[in-house]
Amino acid sequence: MIARLTALVALAAGLALPAFAEPDPKDWDAVLEEARGQTVYWNAWGGDPRTNDYIAWAGQQVKDNFGVTLEHVKLSDTATAVSTVVSEKAAGQTTGGSIDLIWINGANFAAMKENGLLFGPWSEDIPNWALVDPEENPALIEDFTVPVEGLEVPWSMARVVFYYDSARVAAPPRTMLEFLDWTQANPGRFTYPQPPDFLGTTFLKQALLELVTDRDPLYAPVEEANYETVTAPLWEYITALTPGLWREGKAYPQNGPAQRQLMADGEIDIAISFSPGEASAAIANFELPDTVRSMVLDGGTIGNASFLAIPFNANAKAGAMVVANYLMSVEAQLHKQDAAVMGTPTVLSMGKLSAEDAARFAALDLGVATLSPADLGPALPEPHPSWMQRIAADWEARFGVAQ
Amino acid sequence: MPAIPRNRVTLLPLAPLLTLAVLLVPVGAGLAGVLAPAFGWFPALGGESLSLGPWRALLAWPGLPDAVWLSLFTGLGATAVSLLITVMICAAWQGTRSFGLIERALSPLLSVPHAAAAFGLAFLIAPSGWIARGLSPWATGWERPPDLLITQDPLGLSLMAGLVVKEVPFLLLMTLAALGQVPARRSVLLAQTMGYGRMAGWVLTVFPRLYVQIRLPVYAVLAYSCSVIDVALILGPTRPSTLAVQVLEWLSDPDLGLRFQAAAGAVLQLGLILGVLLLWRLGEHVVARLGCACVRMGHRMARDGAMRALAMALALIMALAVGLGILGLAVWSVAGFWTFPDLLPDQFTWRNWARQGDGLARIAVETAVIGAVATGISLILTVACLEAEYRHGLRPSTRALWLLYLPLIVPQATFLIGLQTLAIGTGWTGARAAVIASHVIFVLPYVFLSLSDPWRSWDARQGLVAASLGAGAERVLWRVRLPMLLRPVLVAAAVGFAVSVGQYLPTLLIGMGRVSTLTTEAVALSSGGDRRLIGVYALSQTVLPLLGFALALALPAVVFRNRRGVLDRG
Repeated sequence: MIARLTALVALAAGLALPAFAEPDPKDWDAVLEEARGQTVYWNAWGGDPRTNDYIAWAGQQVKDNFGVTLEHVKLSDTATAVSTVVSEKAAGQTTGGSIDLIWINGANFAAMKENGLLFGPWSEDIPNWALVDPEENPALIEDFTVPVEGLEVPWSMARVVFYYDSARVAAPPRTMLEFLDWTQANPGRFTYPQPPDFLGTTFLKQALLELVTDRDPLYAPVEEANYETVTAPLWEYITALTPGLWREGKAYPQNGPAQRQLMADGEIDIAISFSPGEASAAIANFELPDTVRSMVLDGGTIGNASFLAIPFNANAKAGAMVVANYLMSVEAQLHKQDAAVMGTPTVLSMGKLSAEDAARFAALDLGVATLSPADLGPALPEPHPSWMQRIAADWEARFGVAQ
Repeated sequence: MPAIPRNRVTLLPLAPLLTLAVLLVPVGAGLAGVLAPAFGWFPALGGESLSLGPWRALLAWPGLPDAVWLSLFTGLGATAVSLLITVMICAAWQGTRSFGLIERALSPLLSVPHAAAAFGLAFLIAPSGWIARGLSPWATGWERPPDLLITQDPLGLSLMAGLVVKEVPFLLLMTLAALGQVPARRSVLLAQTMGYGRMAGWVLTVFPRLYVQIRLPVYAVLAYSCSVIDVALILGPTRPSTLAVQVLEWLSDPDLGLRFQAAAGAVLQLGLILGVLLLWRLGEHVVARLGCACVRMGHRMARDGAMRALAMALALIMALAVGLGILGLAVWSVAGFWTFPDLLPDQFTWRNWARQGDGLARIAVETAVIGAVATGISLILTVACLEAEYRHGLRPSTRALWLLYLPLIVPQATFLIGLQTLAIGTGWTGARAAVIASHVIFVLPYVFLSLSDPWRSWDARQGLVAASLGAGAERVLWRVRLPMLLRPVLVAAAVGFAVSVGQYLPTLLIGMGRVSTLTTEAVALSSGGDRRLIGVYALSQTVLPLLGFALALALPAVVFRNRRGVLDRG
């Protein structure tokens, strides 16, 4: 009885207070109006000063153009933001949450989607969605094979590349099997971040994609495949590779930046990266010698998109949409792809842009160590995220604890 | 007799209760937030029934025995070595001119944040580090760094070293604060007249009385060393890492289901720490027996020259290691391109500092304000408790004292997640005030820890003399006791301030990322691994507490320049 009464009151309150309704991106003018004066707390990894500078620049732009204040909450790990939303849900806070926008992708997205922690669908209704072409670039609507379904918008593309010091490595390996030969000839000069770090796990996935005879099972949940059989060549390969790794595989860098530091200190000669512009950026930042160059593997490397999502209980949803829409604009994407700014590839489709805008992208200087879009070769889609988790756990059991 | 305002008299007895509530309510809520998911209960993630599943998952993790062993070994080892070195230094040099030198060399290390010290040390000792660069290629022939496992060694020795260089200064400071209350000089003199060597005399006559006073700081060091995260991330092994690091990794795994396992791990971590404390307690008895046996045997151990030199050498090596490490970070903060085996960068640039610019200044002020207020609150509560104890005989039982140290013993990472849920439930997050309140939870125990023993050891006859001259309790407190205890009070405040500046998880979780301090910025930026930025923030993060300690040491000397006896009764 009381429950029914409460429900009635809630319903009445909901009807009486239309201001509590969620913003509708199809009515963009209303979104713009609601967003004016809002403060958007964007939780994004804060480990890269160039990205931080870019976010600060974007904040100034949305402030000037749309009256939205953007605050960058610098995270050392995106999972912290996921934790916050989980805690808010646990505490019953369904409105006025502390996070308005999260930079997210892959497993974090899958987890948040699965647990109903995201607002949406909204992403395919914002104006600048018209500038992307999911048919040309399926990574924009499938985040690690998990359908995006309008819950996040892409703002950056990522590709697996390797960077190497051309002063020390004349002919870098071009396939995973060549990597094995190379490490045996040059012991201790290569490593990868320790799984479950996403970059380290990406190395395993990249190897798996090359070593399997049939890739189809990798694009379905791992439970549906014969895991042992599919991954057997991978573990055989990693077992052979390990003795030739840095510190003979007794220690690993914890993450991509730590691996880059090893490169900077001259401890290793080749490193994996998920950002085609990383080497150029690091050279400009005095972190790497100017003899460093990027390369990709024959047969293609894994590519994915970085996304922006709005938590289900966000406080400034309209403001967050305005920020996300701005980040997908020609101006913002162009600025980001500039090697002097971030140097990351755009999510926009050249075919959807005006000839003038497309020419501006073509005219960009990508940086000394960045491959052109043509040289990047084909992008391989990410396997289903369940593979990532299973492989990372398996690696940990096999190589991650001392024998 | 001056009139005493009534309300103070009536409120003071409530101080201990209030203090315990300030500490226990959040910790209790945090603990509930750990225990429930450890047994499968966390409705927001679909855990709606109690089960042992999380424990089964934890036990099934193949790295568990190694991780537990590593936590135990490094925690116990670091604490034992730190205490040993502290005792050696004091025994060998306390009361001499050289002791002043050691004190001046080591006390600045206190203000160096753990993470900064660890980064600095890592850069010194790594195969591509500063020492190797200094010797290469002319002495070693290395054109490229050798493939040697120095940091991240499987035994955790470099992790222990990173802890020891930070804990010895802390224990030394605690010892110094307590030494004022032990007639050390006279005791050692007496022992020496009986033919004992200086070190033996100190260890046998001063240490037993002193250890009682520094016992809780030692326990805090022990609990901290077993559950440390930042230092372990920088210097510790990774296959596997310590239990604390592993728990944090599960906690930050995209697979939200691992949070149950993380909670179970955190409960195990708590049990581990309690076990280690118990073990240490037993060890105290063994050491006490050995000491007594030693006295009965009657050896005078007069020839301790080599040991004294060793103590001095250890102190200087530690000061040098951290000092050079920080210097290394300072050089990095202005470095252009810098690779192995160059001793110095190719070029220098202010760009790394300029880029941070205004933001850095704003964040430094925010950090200082939060630290000052949290320390002020903690100091007021601590003094109120101690004074209530003195005036009303409300001496906390040992059990109550243990409760006071719970925030230092329960692993931060998990209890704070529970606390965050509570804070969100009450709508009190994201504000500076909430962050200050969360800092008080961690600052207060350290302030209490630093101040309680000097406070209690104060010679109450001084108060009787003042009272017989007509001073009331308030007047005794403000005109006699606080001035006489000015040095320990300021030292406690400086320790508290440093603790506040160093808080990462509380600031992040309770501030919901909206309150930035030097430490949250430093950790966020250091996740990018750029030593230049780490250098900028580590230096800024070091300067603030350093100012606090400088004040704590300088102020009493200035205030009592004409009454030195107030400060030194040894």
